[in-house]
Amino acid sequence: MEKTRGVSTTVLGADEIVLNMGPQHPSTHGVLRVILKLDGEKVVSSECVIGYLHRGVEKIGENRSYPQFAPYVDRTDYVAAVSNGLGYCEAVEKLLGAEVPPRARWVRTILAELQRLASHLLWLGTHALDIGAITPLFYTFREREEILKVFEKYCGARLTTHAFRIGGLLYETYDGFEEDVKRFTADFDARIQEYEELLTENRIWVQRTRDIGIITAEEAKDLGATGPVLRGSGVRWDIRKAFPYAAYDQFDFTIPVGQRGDTYDRYLVRLEEMRQSRRIILQAVDSIPEGPIMARLGKVIKPPPGEVYHSIEAPKGELGYYIVSDGSIQPTRLRIRPPSFVNLQALDKMIRGHLVADVVAVIGTLDIVLGEVDR
Amino acid sequence: MADEEKKEQAQAPDAAGKPTAPAAKAAAPAKPKGPAPEPLENELTRRLKARYGDAIGDCTQDRKQAIVVVAASRLVDICGYLRDEEKFDFLTDLTAVDAYERQPRFDVILNLYSFDKNERLRLKAPNDGQCPSATGVWTTANWLERECYDMFGIVFEGHPGLKRILLPDEWRGHPLRKDYDILKQDTQWVRENLGIESGQ
Repeated sequence: MEKTRGVSTTVLGADEIVLNMGPQHPSTHGVLRVILKLDGEKVVSSECVIGYLHRGVEKIGENRSYPQFAPYVDRTDYVAAVSNGLGYCEAVEKLLGAEVPPRARWVRTILAELQRLASHLLWLGTHALDIGAITPLFYTFREREEILKVFEKYCGARLTTHAFRIGGLLYETYDGFEEDVKRFTADFDARIQEYEELLTENRIWVQRTRDIGIITAEEAKDLGATGPVLRGSGVRWDIRKAFPYAAYDQFDFTIPVGQRGDTYDRYLVRLEEMRQSRRIILQAVDSIPEGPIMARLGKVIKPPPGEVYHSIEAPKGELGYYIVSDGSIQPTRLRIRPPSFVNLQALDKMIRGHLVADVVAVIGTLDIVLGEVDR
Repeated sequence: MADEEKKEQAQAPDAAGKPTAPAAKAAAPAKPKGPAPEPLENELTRRLKARYGDAIGDCTQDRKQAIVVVAASRLVDICGYLRDEEKFDFLTDLTAVDAYERQPRFDVILNLYSFDKNERLRLKAPNDGQCPSATGVWTTANWLERECYDMFGIVFEGHPGLKRILLPDEWRGHPLRKDYDILKQDTQWVRENLGIESGQ
C-alpha cells in the first residue's frame, strides 16, 4: 500500500528524511526523478516520478500512416533505434501477412545484433562510470563508434537510423559491408576481455555490485521484468529463442543466465550476451543469401482489419507492438510495450534497504532509457 | 514512375466522390489477400467456458494469436485462474483500446504469457470506463493500469494508488481517447505552469 501511495505523503519516523533525486541528475540517465525516504542513509521506500519526456508517441502513431510512423519509433529507445525499427516493421508485416525476403532478414539480424552491442556498450560504460570506474567508458565508446560508423555508412544516420522499411530494406548493403562487420567482430572478443580485466575481478566493482539490488526469479516474473533483468535472476528466456523472428532460428547461440539476481550477475549476463551477439553476427555475415531485399506490398500499406501483438528481444528486454487495424492506412490503436517502463517498476523493490549510492548502481543495472519509459 | 503517380492521382478523386463504392471495393479484395480473425476452439477455451460460462465471450484467433473476450466483472477471478491453473504466469502488457462509438466504449487488453507452455493469450475486457484492477494478481499491472488511467481515464477499482503517471497530476483530459484531438491540450495547465500561451 505504502509504496504506491507515495513517500511524499506518508508520515515520517523520527530518524527519517525525504531526499529528492533527479530529474536533473547525471546518474539517472535522463530525466528520472526518484523520491527516496531514508532512514539515515538506508532507503526505506521510494517513488518514481516519470513523464518528463512524454511526447505522446502512441497518439502520434494513430494519426500517421504506417510508413510515416516508422521514424518515430527510433525516438523511443534512442540508443537502440535499429531494434525499435525492427520490432515495428515486423509487427506491421505480421498484420499484413507479408513475407520478408531472406536477404533482408539476414541484414536485419546483423544490424539488430550490432545495435545490441552498441546499446550494451553504452550501458557498460555509463554503469561503470556511475559507480566510479571512469576508464571503461572510453573503451566502450571506442567500440561503439565503430558500430555507429557501420550504421552511418549503411543508411547515413548514426543514432535514429530508420534503417528498415515495412516489407524489408530500402538500401542494399554498401560495398565492403561484410568486411567492415567482420573486421569489427573479429577482435571484439579481445575487447570484451579488456572490459573484464578492468571490472570482473576488480575488488571495488565486486563490492559495489555483489548482492546489490537482488531480485528473485519469482519477483522478476511478478513484476513483469524482461531481458537481462529477468535472465540475471536465472530465468532462461529470450524471445529470439521463444518466438524466433528475423533470421534468429538459423543461428547457433546460447542464452546466458545469472544465479543470484544481483547487479553483478546482470553485469555478467550482459557481457556474455555481447559474446553471443558476436557469434550470431559472425554466422550471419558469412551466409547472407542473395536475392531481393523488399517484399512486394503495393504502394499503399493498408492492413486488413484485425490486430496483432509482436515483440522482439530488444537490448533492454521485451519490446512489443500491439497494433489494431480497421483496414485504413492509419492504425486505430498503436501500443508500444516498452521494456524500460516495465523494468523500472522493479526499482523500488530492488533498492529497499540499500544505501543511496547503491540506488545509482541499481538504476544503472536496470538499463533504462527515459525516452522509452515516457514515450 | 510519373505515370504511376498520375494513375494514383486519377484514382483519388474517384474515391472521394463515391464514398460507399470504394469502401466495398477495398474490403472485398482485402479478404483473400491478408489474414483475418477466425473463431477459436481448443481445450483452454472449453475449460474456461465450462468454468465461467457467460463471463467468457467470443474466442477468436487473429494472425494465429488467441484472443478471449471476458466479462470485466469477473476479470480478477479469471486472471487468478489463468495464472494458477493454466500457468499463464506472466503479464506482458496491459493496455486499452477506445472503440468510441461502441457500447461499452473501452476494451482493456491483457497480454498474458506462459513460460511453461511458451504460449501467449490475449484477454479483452469490454467496459465503460470502470474495470477491476489486476494488481492483486500481477504486480506488473500497477504502473500499466496507472498509464491506462492516465491515457484513457479508465478507473481500475481496487488499485492501490491510481493516479496519473506520465502526464502532470493536474492535467485535465485523457489524450488517447478518440475524442481527444491530436492538437488538443490542457491550455490552462500550459499557461499556468509553463508560462506560455500554447505548447504547439
